[in-house]
Amino acid sequence: MSIDPHKSLQASPEQLAYAAVLEKGMYIGLLLLFVTYAIYLLGILKPYIPVSEISNYWSMSVGEYLNKTHIHPGWWWTGMLGYGDFLNFIGIALLAGVTICCFLIIVPLLWKNNDKLYAVLSVLEAVILGVAASGILGTGGH
Amino acid sequence: MTRTGKPGAFCLALLLSVTVFAGSVFAGADVMAADNASSAPWWMWPLILLVVTFVMGIAAVLGGVGGGVLFVPIISGFFPFHLDFVRGAGLLVALAGALAAGPGLLKMNLASLRLAVPVALIASSFAIIGAMVGLALPTQVVQIALGVTILGICVLMLTAKKSTVPDVPKADRISSILRIYGVYQEASTGEIIDWKIHRTWQGLVLFVVIGIMAGMFGLGAGWANVPVLNLLMGAPLKISVATSKFLLSITDTSAAWIYLNQGCVIPMIVVPSLIGIMGGSFVGVRLLRVAKPGLVRWIVIGMLGFAGLKALTKGLGF
Repeated sequence: MSIDPHKSLQASPEQLAYAAVLEKGMYIGLLLLFVTYAIYLLGILKPYIPVSEISNYWSMSVGEYLNKTHIHPGWWWTGMLGYGDFLNFIGIALLAGVTICCFLIIVPLLWKNNDKLYAVLSVLEAVILGVAASGILGTGGH
Repeated sequence: MTRTGKPGAFCLALLLSVTVFAGSVFAGADVMAADNASSAPWWMWPLILLVVTFVMGIAAVLGGVGGGVLFVPIISGFFPFHLDFVRGAGLLVALAGALAAGPGLLKMNLASLRLAVPVALIASSFAIIGAMVGLALPTQVVQIALGVTILGICVLMLTAKKSTVPDVPKADRISSILRIYGVYQEASTGEIIDWKIHRTWQGLVLFVVIGIMAGMFGLGAGWANVPVLNLLMGAPLKISVATSKFLLSITDTSAAWIYLNQGCVIPMIVVPSLIGIMGGSFVGVRLLRVAKPGLVRWIVIGMLGFAGLKALTKGLGF
């Protein structure tokens, strides 16, 4: 007779696997965010919007801001990583993306443990987050 | 005076000084924002933001609320930043806090992945819709709705009860199929607590609303998650609090991507906020041993009420 892992004081293997990926992603994401911000503030890489001018834009609505700065929404920033301000988006995207990896990591474990319902729910969650991340739901502010 | 009297008095004095300081910063910020934001040197606002979010981080830990719920109304009410960027930053602040806490809570088996997955599926889907609706609506409408919501949260904080281990006579059909149950050991008593949940579909329906509000206002939704998981669905309080914190890492991820893809993220606002909140939380955890939670809670409710009224009046154009 097998022991129900959900009736144990210990976390289940898939929960531990999820936690391990989340922890690594969180540390790497925060580290990258702080390092790239230092690069931005110290002027090591020239920013797209000079730091002295940023206060002219942050009171605008996002639509007006994008229009005035000629910044394109969505994944356009990946082509602008040579600028100090856009470099910060690497850490931000990693923090926002790590949860998708966590769900994908636990799918094989759940399937192997014959927990097919949760394997399907985890795939669905990864798809939902992936759709949100893809930018296909609309970009460009109001 | 009791043995804890001196640290308690010190803590009270520190908190009051911090509150008075934060109040003067808010008041100054408000006047400057109304006056002419662009006349101030560029570095001043990020610096004030760092100080204010540091105070917020302390207050959030001591008051038992998430950083996001304080961040959006206070920063949008008193800083010159547009609500679009404040909501984007608020979501990332709440997300970073949830990501930092999530791994530990999962490893300790206090956050339940089985409870979180179905709930997250609903909440994250509707957070996307909330974010899209929130960005499509006129700013004034969102500001008014935010003010009303924050005042509602104050009422919820004043009136909501908590149940350490709610009585769940029988697990319902949905939670039985999903096998949402578990055990945990109460550290203070050593007691092993066997838990299960009920009223699952009613809870899932409420997470539709919670998801929409989290996405629309850029708020972390711990203030709503915990009462639904604990009082309605019957999960023990510790499991509810831990699962709620972990849940934010999923709900806020979906909404954060919408704000990120719409261009609502300015690193000069996001990063000082993250550093401030995380630094404040670090100090707050250390103050927790000597703080009087009741008093701090009142201060947090007062701050929220003030910020809610400010959001409401700003939205109404007063």
